[in-house]
This record gives sequence, C-alpha cells and structure tokens, in this order.
Amino acid sequence: MVSPSEFAQQLVNALSLGSIYALLALGLSMVYGVLGMLNFAFGELVTITAYTMLFLANHGAPFPVMAIGGVFAAVIASILMELVAFRPLRGASFVTLLFTSFAVAELLQNVFRQAISSRPKGVPVPSLFDNAVRVGSVRIGVLPLITAGVGATALVLLTLFMRRSRSGIAMRAASQDFATARLVGVRANRVISLAFAISGLLAGIAGVLWISRTTAVQPTTGFVPILEAFIASVIGGLGNLRGAVAGGFFLGALEVFLQATLPGKILPFAQAVALLIVVAILYVRPQGLFGRRVEAKV
Amino acid sequence: MTGQPPRPLLSVDEITVAYGPVTALHGVSLQVSEGEIVAVLGPNGAGKTTLLRTLAGALRPRHGQIWLDGKRLDGIVPEEAVRRGIATVPEGRLVFPGLTVEENLQLGAISRRDRQAIRAEIDELFSMFPILGERRAQPAGTLSGGEQQQLSIGRALMARPRVMLLDEPSLGLAPIIVGQIFALLRDLRGRGATLLLVEQNVHKALEIADRAYVLSVGRVVTSGPARTLATGELERMYLGMSRAR
Repeated sequence: MVSPSEFAQQLVNALSLGSIYALLALGLSMVYGVLGMLNFAFGELVTITAYTMLFLANHGAPFPVMAIGGVFAAVIASILMELVAFRPLRGASFVTLLFTSFAVAELLQNVFRQAISSRPKGVPVPSLFDNAVRVGSVRIGVLPLITAGVGATALVLLTLFMRRSRSGIAMRAASQDFATARLVGVRANRVISLAFAISGLLAGIAGVLWISRTTAVQPTTGFVPILEAFIASVIGGLGNLRGAVAGGFFLGALEVFLQATLPGKILPFAQAVALLIVVAILYVRPQGLFGRRVEAKV
Repeated sequence: MTGQPPRPLLSVDEITVAYGPVTALHGVSLQVSEGEIVAVLGPNGAGKTTLLRTLAGALRPRHGQIWLDGKRLDGIVPEEAVRRGIATVPEGRLVFPGLTVEENLQLGAISRRDRQAIRAEIDELFSMFPILGERRAQPAGTLSGGEQQQLSIGRALMARPRVMLLDEPSLGLAPIIVGQIFALLRDLRGRGATLLLVEQNVHKALEIADRAYVLSVGRVVTSGPARTLATGELERMYLGMSRAR
C-alpha cells in the first residue's frame, strides 16, 4: 500500500499533469467545435510560447514577464495562423484543413530550426519550482501545486466566460450549429478569430506550465503536447468542451497512476500502456467517455 | 387595407438563384409592405425555402435585386442581414439545444448593443410565453416542439427585425399547437410586425395572411389577396392538395 503522504503527492501530480492536458485538450477542442477542424499546428503554439520565454529570459526578463510574454505570443500566433493559413480555405474539406495544419506545423518547425537552432535550449525557471512544501506530514512539490492551481483557475475563468459573456454564448451556439448562429447574427469571422485566440491562450498557459516542467525547448517541443491534447480530447469526445477537460484529467491521472504502480521493468512503457487503455476505451465507446453520440458536422 | 402603400418595405426584384447548375428561382418578384403578413405557398421543391434563404443572406442571387426600405440587401452575409432588419425563424425551428432558453433569447439579440433594453425585452417575452419563462434555465433541447417554435420566434423577435421570415412554422407540430402558433403570428401582426411566411399548410396560411404568392418550380405563378386565393381553384390547380381537413 502507498502511504498517505505518497498518495497526496501523487494526487497533486495527477491534478497537475491533468490540468495541463485539460488546457491543451480544451484549446484543440475549442477550434474543432467551432470550425470542425483539427489544428495539428496547435502544438507549435506551445513551442512558440517556449521560444518567447527563452528570448525574454535572454534579455534579462524575470519569470512572470517571460510567462506573460509567452502566453501573449501564443495568442497572437494562433490568431495569425487562422488569418493566414486557414481563413483562405474557409469551407474546405476536413482533410484539406487537416493537411494544411500539418503543413503549418512542419513549416514552423523548420523556421525554428533555421532561425534558432535544432538543438534543445534550456529555459531558466525559478529554483523555487524544485522545492517542496510540507503540509502536516505530507510533502508536496511546489511546481505541481502551482500547476494545478493555475490550471484550475484558468478552467474556472474560461467556464465563466463561456457561460456568462455574450461572446461565450455566441461561441457555444456556433459550435452547435454554425449556419444557424450566423442566421441569428453571430459574426462568423469574429467568432472564429475568438476561438483561435482562446485556443492560443490555452496553449500559452499550458505551454508555460509544460516548459516549467521540462525546462528546455527545441523545434519539436510541440509534438508531445499536441499528441496528449488529441488523445485527451478524443477520450472526452471531440468538440465537447466539458469532455475535453474530463479527458485531460483522466489521461493525467492514468499516466501518474501507471508511473506509480507499474513494476520497474514495464515502467519505460508506461505511455504505451496508457495508450493501450485509451484504445480499449475507444473500442467500447467510440464517441468518447463523455461524448454524446457522434453528430453529423455540416 | 385599401389603397396602395407608398413603397413596400421589402421588395424582391426579378431574382434568379441557382445551386450550381440547378436554377431554383427564375426571376421571382414580390413585395411586402410594413405591417403585412405575406404568405408564400407552393408544393415541395417550388423554391420557397430557397427564397427565404436568399432574403436572409445565406444564398446570393445570380440576377436581380433585393431592397429593404430603399437599401440593397442582395449579396450580403447572413449576420449582416440580421443587422439590417431581417430575422429568420428557420425550418425545423433550429433552436440551440445545448443552450438554455434564456441564452437562446440572448443570442437573438447578439446584433444589438442596448443591454438594458435586451434584459427588459427578455422579461417581456417571458410574460408573453409563460412556459418559456418557467423553463428559462433549461436547455432548449428539452422543450417540446411547440415550445421550441415559440422560442425560435422569440429569438427572432429579440433581433427587433423590420421583417420576420418564417419557414414552415407549422411543420411537425400537432394541430392544436399549430393553431396556437398561428394565433401568435396574428397577434404579432397586431403589434405591428411584418411577416413573410412560407407554409405547406395552405388553408392556415391563407387564414392569417393579407396577401399570398404561389410558387411553382421556381416561378411565381399567381399572387393576390389571400381572400381571393382562398376561394379560388388555386389550391387544387397549383398546390395539388385537397382543402385542409
């Protein structure tokens, strides 16, 4: 059996990893919900966040400035991505948009390689992140605690925005029925730009948290985040925002649980085991754990 | 209703609309004056829905013009048409099932800026449709068909339209509910609304309409005051249906 202390620590780890995955899945799902497209260049937004943080660190900026700058860069990059690459293809098929997003991802990775470096670069993060705090007899890492807190706050604020604000209601309407939303007066371009802006915001926040764990960046940094985001949102049911959050936390918890319980020999394959479990779930419930039946997307 | 109003509020001038190589409307013209209920009748495939979709900005006419109160309306996008004063109650109601009743109504006013007035109007609508008031926090998808139709009409009203387009508001509803919906439309006209109504239920439509146009295979085959059309042979000739039971 695990000790209560170990349990508490793993719980925070699960919540922390889960909230990163939830933010990423939500960012991917947001755009999928409104436009019906999977943006595989989403991972590059995390990379852009990381390089922006690195750039600011090299110019002597303190960590909070690096973090805010990184998030800001991801938002701008996401909006530009839509304007430059996807808007000209409005109304194109799912596959066309999918391949366009692969092209954007590939292009950005090559830009990073040529303009910066193909090698990993260290991103300085506060040493405070490595510390642990003691709560009673339980020791919990500072970074997982911050990550879980930031993630939860972001999710709550986003929920309030989607529920209360007029733009949030318009976005939810557009993701249920885009044509009818326009018929009642929702501006198509504005709601799509907003979806990409929020998607970028989520990628940026998740990116800062991700880089704080990995403390390094290279041109392919976005690969793992986009993969986890995709898996988590598929588990939750693509386009279902609540499902994306649930899928993210589920995936985070699953990975932490496997890391903690798998015998040493199998441990290197924890990720593979996690994927196997995901495949098994999707075999039984193709619409995802929380998704409704697959609805036709026009 | 004697004498010709000075200028129609909505004027459709010889529009031709095509889906790719298939022409759905051939030079259709019609006028709607302020405060009128105008019905567009005709069998399936006559082009009625195409006409409404074109007026709402969802389709672009190949030829011809659409004028709303002296301004060109053809060629604009749907969200702009709403801002010019065209609100649609689409076929099949198309409320947003995952949004609450109240959010559906808020969305209807998305083109407006006057938040205070919007609040007051939503409350007004809830007293007009008490059942919607009771269910304001419920997802619209849980409402019955008739309630969804009320909501769809309420959502269109929230845009404060100059002209409301209604596509088959009786479709799929029980006869008693259809009666209620038509009573509501008559009531709206009493409050000064201007309605353009597409209907399969010819008998009901001619009961509340001032004038009607009959479409067949994309052309206006006849038009005139509803009373005249109701007593004529038109129903059998052009609509191929017996009188409503």
